[in-house]
Amino acid sequence: MAESIDAQAEARRLSRREFIKRVIASGAVASSASFVMGGMAGCAPRTRAALAGAAERLISIDVNGELRRVDVLPQETLAMTLRYKLGLTGTKLSCDRAECGACTVMIDGVTHYSCSTLTHMVRNRKVVTIEGLRGADGALHPVQQAFVDELAPQCGFCTPGQVVAAVALLQRNPNPTREEARQAMAGNLCRCGAYDSYLNAIMRATGNTGEIHHG
Amino acid sequence: MLKDMMPHFDLYQPDTVDAAVTLVKQLGGDGWVVAGGQDSFDWLKNRVKRTPAVVDISGIAELRGVTDNNGGVTIGALTTLAEIEAHPLIRERFGLLATAAGRVASPQIRNVGTLGGNLLQDTRCWYYRGGMDCYRAGGNMCYADTPQGQNREHAVFGASRCVAVTPSDTANALVALEASFVLRGASGERIVPAADFFVGPAVDIRRMNALREGELLVAVNIPATWAGAEFYFEKVADRAAWDFALVSIAMALRTEGGTIRDARVVCGAVACTPLRLTAVEQALSGGARDAATADRVAPLASRGAQPLGFNGFKIPLMENLVRRAVRGGQA
Repeated sequence: MAESIDAQAEARRLSRREFIKRVIASGAVASSASFVMGGMAGCAPRTRAALAGAAERLISIDVNGELRRVDVLPQETLAMTLRYKLGLTGTKLSCDRAECGACTVMIDGVTHYSCSTLTHMVRNRKVVTIEGLRGADGALHPVQQAFVDELAPQCGFCTPGQVVAAVALLQRNPNPTREEARQAMAGNLCRCGAYDSYLNAIMRATGNTGEIHHG
Repeated sequence: MLKDMMPHFDLYQPDTVDAAVTLVKQLGGDGWVVAGGQDSFDWLKNRVKRTPAVVDISGIAELRGVTDNNGGVTIGALTTLAEIEAHPLIRERFGLLATAAGRVASPQIRNVGTLGGNLLQDTRCWYYRGGMDCYRAGGNMCYADTPQGQNREHAVFGASRCVAVTPSDTANALVALEASFVLRGASGERIVPAADFFVGPAVDIRRMNALREGELLVAVNIPATWAGAEFYFEKVADRAAWDFALVSIAMALRTEGGTIRDARVVCGAVACTPLRLTAVEQALSGGARDAATADRVAPLASRGAQPLGFNGFKIPLMENLVRRAVRGGQA
């Protein structure tokens, strides 16, 4: 009882996001996670005569420069692994159909929809999520800072994907025109319609202030 | 929409083509081959199709890359659309394919979507993709070809019970470039010209191509025939990004002293297969590449078209795209 009151008191002191992250990290959510990950009809692992080339379940994946050991189901998508097993909830799941871009991460430097990538496909590759963009001192990435300065996000749900897509663009092309940025961001939808604000933010991040257009 | 795990499948990740072919054979009809997965995972997530096993071939290094082939190119089936769009050799010789690859879907999908997957993807007819028991799905009706059927995106040519259209942008470019496809199965390799590879519902209503069970598409050969020719590609869609074509056109043209010597013109999204406009090609030969020729040949594009309830607009659209292609882009 005392323990649970402590937990509640601690929860009040923490931000909601931090609390959720800690719960996931502590494994306290294991029972509900296994409901999501393994309890669905048809999801229960079956055995089958092993053929050569069958994937191992326990694998290591390189996420944000750290080698993370994780037990991955054969049909598990990277978005699921990141959010529900590694606690990296910055990556959002929205359409889950490779249409909206909220789940965008970088794999070997290029953008992918993590909802439509099997986690088993990224062994031996480098995954960078929104959490991996901040500096060693915790400072925002210049693109994130530009997004803040331009008040780019409205509701913010698509923002992590937009930031990752913008960072990937600037790594490839440090000085894009507004039109090039528009093309590069075409795989990320924003239901608030803040596209122009996002483009302004990218132009700010590159120092191309001449191409910032405020309504 | 469901946002949970896909139903369970066994996952196999072979490292070589030989291992993949062996696996697919061992699994019989149970092995679903996945490369980029951008078509496959939607089927599995929506539970419209199911599979006991997935063979993920995305790690097979020998299937990636572009190589010179006697003035043409050979493209590994796993080469991504983004790699094709940016590849210097393809841009130099076959800009038509680079442009078409760059117009597919969104940047994220082009980063992972492969040439093979773009060619082999299933049709986007939403009745079929929505799990209706239509002819293509083994049922006994077409929901799109009914008085109320929503068939704005469907076929105006080659309907045979099914009115679905080819969704691929690169297929049209490859038919125009006279490419051929290298298919490998347990019993060996065969090479099929692009023009024969895609099949309509009159030939096989359950498949859109000539790939046999147990075979993998391993490479695409583009001969030197059209290297460095004049090209035109245009895709008309409701949205500029992440959309399938309403009508697209891919044209390769050789001129000599201002006269068109030879032309290949292919329309996408008007039939179940890329549609070669042979009447237009013949009429172009010997003409000048100008507005008068464009106006003369454009009406031939839609000859024989049979529109459904809501896709009559595709007929003037085809004609105008031919006009624009011949003029080189001016309206």
